[in-house]
Amino acid sequence: MKGFQYLRNVATLRMKQERCIGCGKCLEVCPHQVFVLTAQKAQPVAFDACMECGACARNCPANALQVDAGVGCAAGLITEWLRDRKLLKVKQACC
Amino acid sequence: MPGFVEWLTLGAGKIPRISTNLSFADRMGSWKARWNIGRMNYLVPPGLYAVGHPDHDSPVLVTANYKMSYDLVRKVLGGKNCWLLILETYGINVWCAAGKGTFGTEELIRRINASGLARIVRHRILILPILGAPGVSAHQIAKQTGFTVKYAAIRACDIPEYLTNGMKTTTSMQEMTFTIYERSVLIPVELVEAIKPTVIIALLLFVILSLMQGYVSGLMAVCAYLGAMFTGVAITALFLPWIPGRSFAFKGALTGFLWSIIFYLLSGGGWSLFMTVAAFLMLPTVSSFYALSFTGCTPFTSRSGVKKEMRIALPVMGCALLSSILIALIGRMI
Repeated sequence: MKGFQYLRNVATLRMKQERCIGCGKCLEVCPHQVFVLTAQKAQPVAFDACMECGACARNCPANALQVDAGVGCAAGLITEWLRDRKLLKVKQACC
Repeated sequence: MPGFVEWLTLGAGKIPRISTNLSFADRMGSWKARWNIGRMNYLVPPGLYAVGHPDHDSPVLVTANYKMSYDLVRKVLGGKNCWLLILETYGINVWCAAGKGTFGTEELIRRINASGLARIVRHRILILPILGAPGVSAHQIAKQTGFTVKYAAIRACDIPEYLTNGMKTTTSMQEMTFTIYERSVLIPVELVEAIKPTVIIALLLFVILSLMQGYVSGLMAVCAYLGAMFTGVAITALFLPWIPGRSFAFKGALTGFLWSIIFYLLSGGGWSLFMTVAAFLMLPTVSSFYALSFTGCTPFTSRSGVKKEMRIALPVMGCALLSSILIALIGRMI
């Protein structure tokens, strides 16, 4: 994404290259152009641009991708943390 | 229901036809939603809708039942003939609903079956927003319903071009943006969400400082706090890409520090050393916290990234806040 960069080396995106069938679905769904297709195999080249939305993993028919998907939202994480410790009773967090 | 025009009779069933023109009430509703006024009172009933005069070859678009998603999509479809399949996302936008899974594989299958879509159209193509992909598994949809999912574009405004160019996604349609306009429209709801804690803290600050040093100091403290909050929410968001650093907490601390200097100069200076140090610790912390909260509004921060940032930033904020209070108290005592 032009002009924006978030923390380096944190994304949980993992790929099992030997499973990749080169269908290109991950390239189609990734909003941050993390992947390129070379020699019929997808490769995560812009690893640090990954925001862990999980679209690639969910749409990979070969099950070659894995990501600990979730939303990068501080308020949401705080709410989650409080709820896990039973300090807060809320049904919905934010958006 | 907003935008309803008439009932179309199709075989045994009836399908509502909707308008692509937004009324004044629709626009007012969007404005109110941006300010968090009855944001959840605009649920659009899920199901199949007709736009223009679609037939069995017309394209099928899928969206969420959030008011603004529905309005944005129908607005750009002026002059087109197509079907609009609205999923039950409980009034949540496509992106957030896909993250939660309500804009998801199961719900899409349920709506395809409930609407009898397979009998209404001859083709087997569904056009989905790219930001819906985290919830929908295209190959599962194909396997279970026979429909092929095509992820068209990120923004609704690209749909007309996508439809006219033979359903081809261009590079720009696939690229996420976060322009100054896109950032600015998110600020009102963030400010409204901050009202409750802000009122409580401002009152506390006013009472404590008024008791310690008179009500002028109390008012000053409230102004300084409000400024720091506003800096964290609005200024950091607006100038996001130009503020140095990758961490949001760091960006917020930086703008908060700038605000501290501005406030010091505006108030004419002359604070005691202890008060100055306390303020320069407290105000950047407040901005930093609100800037960190803005991570939830952006389309590029990862969960792992925010977690990492919070692990470092929250303890630092806690220490800064405590030290600030201690220093102010010590300054008062000696």
